Amino acid sequence: MSAPPSAVASVAAARLRWLPRPTPKNLITALITLILVVGEWRYGVVGGYTKLALTLGTCVGTELVLSLLLLGRMPQLQSAYVTGISLTVLLRPQAGLVWPFVVAAALAIGAKYVLRARGRHLWNPSNFGLSVLLLLAPAKVALLSHELGNDVLGNSVIWFVGLLIVWQARMAHITLAYAASFSLLAVLRSFVVGTPVLAELAPLTGPMYQLLVFFMLTDPRTTAAGRRGQIATVVVIALLEAAMRLANDFELPGAAVFAPAPPILALFIVGPIALALDLRRRACAQ
Amino acid sequence: MLPPLPLRRALVRAGFLSLLAYAWYAGHAASGVGAPAGNGDPSGLRFSEVAREVGVDFLHRPTRVDPALANIAPHITAVGAAVSVADADGDRLPDLYVVTSADGAPNALYRNRGDGSFEDVARRAGLADLNRAGEGACMGSVWGDFDGDGREDVFVYKWGRCQLFRNEGGLRFRDVSAGSGLEGWINSNAATWLDYDRDGVLDLYVAGYFHEQHDLWKLGTTRIMHDSFEFATNGGNNHLYRGRGDGTFEDVTERTGAGSTRWTYAAVAADFDRDGWPDLYVANDYGPEELFLNRGGERFELARGIGLEAESKSGMCVALGDVWNEGRPSVYVTNISKAGYLFQGNNLRVSLLDRDGPMLQLAEGAAADCGWAWGAQFGDLDGDGLQDLVVVNGFISASRERDYWYQMSKIGLGTGGVIADAAKWPAFEDRSLSGYERTRVLLKTGARGARFREAGGAVGIDDVYDGRAVALADLSGSGRLDVIVANQGGPLLIYRNEARNDNRWVAFDLIGTKSNRSAIGAEVELEFAGQRQLQVVTAACGFASQNDHRRHFGLGREPGAVRATVRWPSGVEQTLELAEADLGRLHVVREPE
Repeated sequence: MSAPPSAVASVAAARLRWLPRPTPKNLITALITLILVVGEWRYGVVGGYTKLALTLGTCVGTELVLSLLLLGRMPQLQSAYVTGISLTVLLRPQAGLVWPFVVAAALAIGAKYVLRARGRHLWNPSNFGLSVLLLLAPAKVALLSHELGNDVLGNSVIWFVGLLIVWQARMAHITLAYAASFSLLAVLRSFVVGTPVLAELAPLTGPMYQLLVFFMLTDPRTTAAGRRGQIATVVVIALLEAAMRLANDFELPGAAVFAPAPPILALFIVGPIALALDLRRRACAQ
Repeated sequence: MLPPLPLRRALVRAGFLSLLAYAWYAGHAASGVGAPAGNGDPSGLRFSEVAREVGVDFLHRPTRVDPALANIAPHITAVGAAVSVADADGDRLPDLYVVTSADGAPNALYRNRGDGSFEDVARRAGLADLNRAGEGACMGSVWGDFDGDGREDVFVYKWGRCQLFRNEGGLRFRDVSAGSGLEGWINSNAATWLDYDRDGVLDLYVAGYFHEQHDLWKLGTTRIMHDSFEFATNGGNNHLYRGRGDGTFEDVTERTGAGSTRWTYAAVAADFDRDGWPDLYVANDYGPEELFLNRGGERFELARGIGLEAESKSGMCVALGDVWNEGRPSVYVTNISKAGYLFQGNNLRVSLLDRDGPMLQLAEGAAADCGWAWGAQFGDLDGDGLQDLVVVNGFISASRERDYWYQMSKIGLGTGGVIADAAKWPAFEDRSLSGYERTRVLLKTGARGARFREAGGAVGIDDVYDGRAVALADLSGSGRLDVIVANQGGPLLIYRNEARNDNRWVAFDLIGTKSNRSAIGAEVELEFAGQRQLQVVTAACGFASQNDHRRHFGLGREPGAVRATVRWPSGVEQTLELAEADLGRLHVVREPE
């Protein structure tokens, strides 16, 4: 004799209670875990579990210590987890070097507690850790460029799942606005520079951009309030990135500093300025 | 009890600033990959470049391909410089065969006169004019006595129709490609002789790079490129040909499972799992290395779970050595490193397969990052009993001011279809891509571990040509290994080893009887000073290169009792106890009948 449907449903519900609720934050966490697991399974993207353990451990440890030390409370560790995974996937230092993982992780989380304005941290942690290392130690650090296989199927899955999740998190307008701005500017750059359009559009399909559009630009703690502000911010980021790219296309002096990761560095510059201005505007309005 | 909050905040800020300062400091600290200053090296090692002085004046000229590839022609045509060391005239002295790639440009066969000088006899030998329109461009050669007549024959691999030449003696070579089974079109950058079934007849492994459907001078499409930068499988087919002993070959690729469609740049044959059968270690551009384990001479099995799949890179060469002096094969596979863009790192692996272990990755420091590295070889340059490395580097040296890496970073992020189409790539124009990179000499420090120190500048090898192939040979019988470098679009360089130290040496020249006459696949294991160094007679080794088949061992100053064990492909094993008087000379060893 089988159990009545209501009993089955309640047993299932009791089981599901063990799972985290599908909040936007949890979905983002699930997405980055998916990228990590699939990336490692198909493409060996981690490059050694020591790196993963060190980066994740440093992020979580720094978050715990700084939160207890400065705020006197146990922190939510999801942000540290997302940062740790992003850094593990994106950071590609010179062979054999381990310190960039530790330093980038500590700086990324540290920036949340040190570089603040009006009670908010200004930089997306992963973006800060990566950018600072690129600028301070360019001879020792590179970012993952094509290690996810240049694969149409893999890319499509990540974009599809990613868009679903940012849609659920009500952040899809940010991702889409950036993607549209980048694409439009890529076509314009193609005409200006004379390179094939697809070559200019190609970066958007790389993992660096996937992590940018799904995890960094849409980080709720470091984006401006309001749709218009958020869209304006990513449009400016895309514009600055286009300027960096053009400067490299025309081989302007000093432009090479930005060449390895224009979108990451554009966000590094524009993101905190936009947020600070937004915070100031809101403070004035109050 | 915690200090007050303002103090805690100040401490955290100080720590944060310290980390920033550390990042800057560590980011600018010397990594061990720079050229050491000063002249001379404590090892007493010193080289002089003597190519012209000894009669070698050779300039490689790249091929030109279909104008449809004009936007990235410098990239496509950036290979072809190659050098092989072989005894072409049977006088048991190492000669040099060097290929070039431009239409109509002649290859050179430098005969060793025995007095330290060379003469080019390629035209007389019939090995000069192999770059003929419609037949392809030479990419390298591999020498071995395929018919067992005691004379070294040569297979010239090409983008086009490869050619097999029988050595008829008296420095005359006859093209026996027609009807050999090897005459099909292939865009090959690698080939090697081996005796995979140990029947005493040499077999041939020929690897494809671009797919063989493409004639690079008459293209029907521009979709000829790799469809992934790290996991591409749309390259040319690799083939294993079984030698019948009569100058004909049977394609046994399918039957043996030795095929691959990765973009192969190098292959070396040696017994990695120590089961007595020669395996095939393959370095692939845009993909992971592959190790095909020989199962009893019947079939090959792609090794899995040994640490190769997860480290997909841009394999350019496979050099074979014994980095631990433990009688255990090691490989050095070169890759690409470029600050800010890509740190793939070279791989230095030791085989632990006989213990059910992996191909253990050991590369670090100077050995891990040489820039855009190409050919490399293991060899005991300073005679201290430890195998050193020579690595040639640099891809395209054009403008000193303009660089293609930024353009490469755009296309590198594209998906397969975009990358595969050469027409979608940004134009190269006169840009360099990892150009003007120094050749490295990496001297091994200590028997254990895998630490090397860079000594190129100090010992006199630090040219910045676009090095492709490097080969080692004792060209003058001095007991020291000389270094021969083939540069893309550049001169052939001969670095004469003028080491001044008291280190001892011994060398072996093996002649097969039951095994193939070239003794390819034979192993010499030398016990000295409490160490055990393994060397294997290979055909191809490195990138587009072949070392002298004579095996040279440095012994250090006090080698103690020296014993050599020779393991022949036939299974015969012989042991030689070497007395003091036996050191410092070359031993000709015939396989016992």
